[in-house]
Amino acid sequence: MVAKRYDTAFDLYPYAKVADQDAAPVRHPVVIVGGGPVGLSLALDLGKKGTPALVLDDHEGAGLGSKAICFAKRTLDIANRLGASQPMVDKGVVWNVGRVFHGDGKLFSFDLLPEAGHRNPAFINLQQPYFEKFLVDAIRTAQEAGAPIELRGSNCVTGLTRHDDYTTLDVDTPDGPYQIEADYLIACDGARSPIRDMMGLTFDGRVFEDNFLIADVRMKAAFPTERWFWFEPPFEHSGQSALLHKQPDDIWRIDFQLGWDIDRAKELDPDRIRARVDAMLSSQTGTVPDYDLVWTSIYTFQCRRMKKFRHGRVLFAGDSAHQVSPFGARGANSGVQDSENLAWKLDLVLKGLAPDRLLDSYATEREFGADENILNASRATDFMTPKSRVSQVFRNAVLTLAKDHAFARPLVNSGRLSVPCTYDGFAHFGPDGLDGPKGSRPGATCPDAPVTDGFLLDHLGDVFMVLGLGNATLSPVQMGAVPVQTLSIKAPSPELQERYLGRHKSGVYLIRPDQHVVARWAEFDAAAIKAAIATAIDKR
Amino acid sequence: MALTLMPNIPDPDGFYDELLHAHDALNDQESEAFNARLILILANHIGDRAVLRAALEAAK
Ligand SMILES: Cc1cc2nc3c(=O)[nH]c(=O)nc-3n(C[C@H](O)[C@H](O)[C@H](O)COP(=O)(O)OP(=O)(O)OC[C@H]3O[C@@H](n4cnc5c(N)ncnc54)[C@H](O)[C@@H]3O)c2cc1C
Repeated sequence: MVAKRYDTAFDLYPYAKVADQDAAPVRHPVVIVGGGPVGLSLALDLGKKGTPALVLDDHEGAGLGSKAICFAKRTLDIANRLGASQPMVDKGVVWNVGRVFHGDGKLFSFDLLPEAGHRNPAFINLQQPYFEKFLVDAIRTAQEAGAPIELRGSNCVTGLTRHDDYTTLDVDTPDGPYQIEADYLIACDGARSPIRDMMGLTFDGRVFEDNFLIADVRMKAAFPTERWFWFEPPFEHSGQSALLHKQPDDIWRIDFQLGWDIDRAKELDPDRIRARVDAMLSSQTGTVPDYDLVWTSIYTFQCRRMKKFRHGRVLFAGDSAHQVSPFGARGANSGVQDSENLAWKLDLVLKGLAPDRLLDSYATEREFGADENILNASRATDFMTPKSRVSQVFRNAVLTLAKDHAFARPLVNSGRLSVPCTYDGFAHFGPDGLDGPKGSRPGATCPDAPVTDGFLLDHLGDVFMVLGLGNATLSPVQMGAVPVQTLSIKAPSPELQERYLGRHKSGVYLIRPDQHVVARWAEFDAAAIKAAIATAIDKR
Repeated sequence: MALTLMPNIPDPDGFYDELLHAHDALNDQESEAFNARLILILANHIGDRAVLRAALEAAK
């Protein structure tokens, strides 16, 4: 029997009995536990590369309730590479303007002012269940085209036995238990990761002593598509801060920061919630629009991560490996970056094209990414919840000054929205042989830019790419069976020039399958490129 | 030189973090004294009386 821990918003992978259940343990190259955003994007990425991926989830679809709403450009770029982004962008709400209030008054507004010449917007708001559904839709399309992906719903992993080069899993189903084996086991089983517990591993960090009431309400109101954030909101019982943000389907996300000592049952009383929401919604217009409470819950948040994301043949990705407070939208966004980092490495290792130790770099790179996210999320949380008298004094001084003085505004922190990290100085990158723009240095993700037939990022990724710009002349690069493609753009658009060449007339970039820059040079040099690929795949 | 009231600190979040961490082990009275010393040090660095007067005004 498989217990239902939550209701689903969409049923995406209904249980069906498979032959594995009546056989001696069948071996699979990759078993992914958990079909959330991270497990699904990993399976899709692997399957599209031709590497079999089996996903086990103890439910049959995307969970209902308030979870991620804010998806960043980097995530959309990854989804675009995977063929899943169009419905996300079509359905999502694009926003650029934020307003910050302090008490009764408006402090300032800001515009994310996204740089022009990128396919995807800086952010969209989209309910997480849609994000997961669109990934599953793309998986179904890929399966039809022959991608070896399998999703098994109502398959609950209940135990594991580790061996030197594989792991045996105990799986429970509506038809009873069975066992399977995995060459590589990827735990994408969320913040409470049962796999982590089964292996006796710790998950250390900080719990923020605060409760957030999250209400998703449906209303047809003419509020602008902006992010509104209040410090010390003036409405009654609304706590330390409040947030109002639009989602698709006329749904609005409302957060109230309630503090630590609260009576949860009382705070979840719908009348009490409605009183708060009424006060918030009428604060700007004086009238309360009609609305329904769609979903309400109270969360506490933490920032923590596993010490190591790799334990032999078991690797952790997404919330199982790291958890952040949501101010900054770094949970799902960073988890999808984990899966993209892991997918191409696992693919090369399983095809025998790179050594197993390449997977160590997954752990070191993404542990660094997690630290950066935790740092940013912790700073935002500390600003919103000052922990000492002096930090309260400084916080309020910043807010007071921010009204009239621009210098204080960058110090106001209600969440720094998710951007990908740059692997500066990491072992698998370099050299930087072009004194080029900082934003496209080795370790960085490739900035997007217009090209004659669309956008640069449409042409990058999936395999190693050699990108020649301007006067550079390319020849094909042979790296054994490791796929390498070349792309030459003789007349770069002004944006491409600015983002990749700066003052130079030519440049050659080596780009990883996950669209991070490995190395760059002024001129094409096949031997240098092959050496850099060898470094990137850890072939000594 | 006029008083700068436009953003001027690189990595503002990092600076703010450092500023608060400087108070980590201090009680309220010690924090107040620390802030006073910090203001005096920064004021001396600025030196320009007109700028300092403008800053006193902006902080009101
Ligand atoms: C209120 C709130 C707001 C948020 N806002 C944002 C935001 O705006 N942007 C953002 O990027 N992130 C946000 N997040 C974080 C985001 O929801 C998570 O980071 C994201 O869901 C993590 O994805 P995951 O795939 O790692 O894990 P999960 O989504 O937790 O998926 C884990 C899966 O594993 C399955 N599973 C668990 N145990 C087993 C088992 N034993 N056997 C089989 N399957 C199992 C679960 O059923 C589940 O389907 C928010 C979170 C909250 C709570």
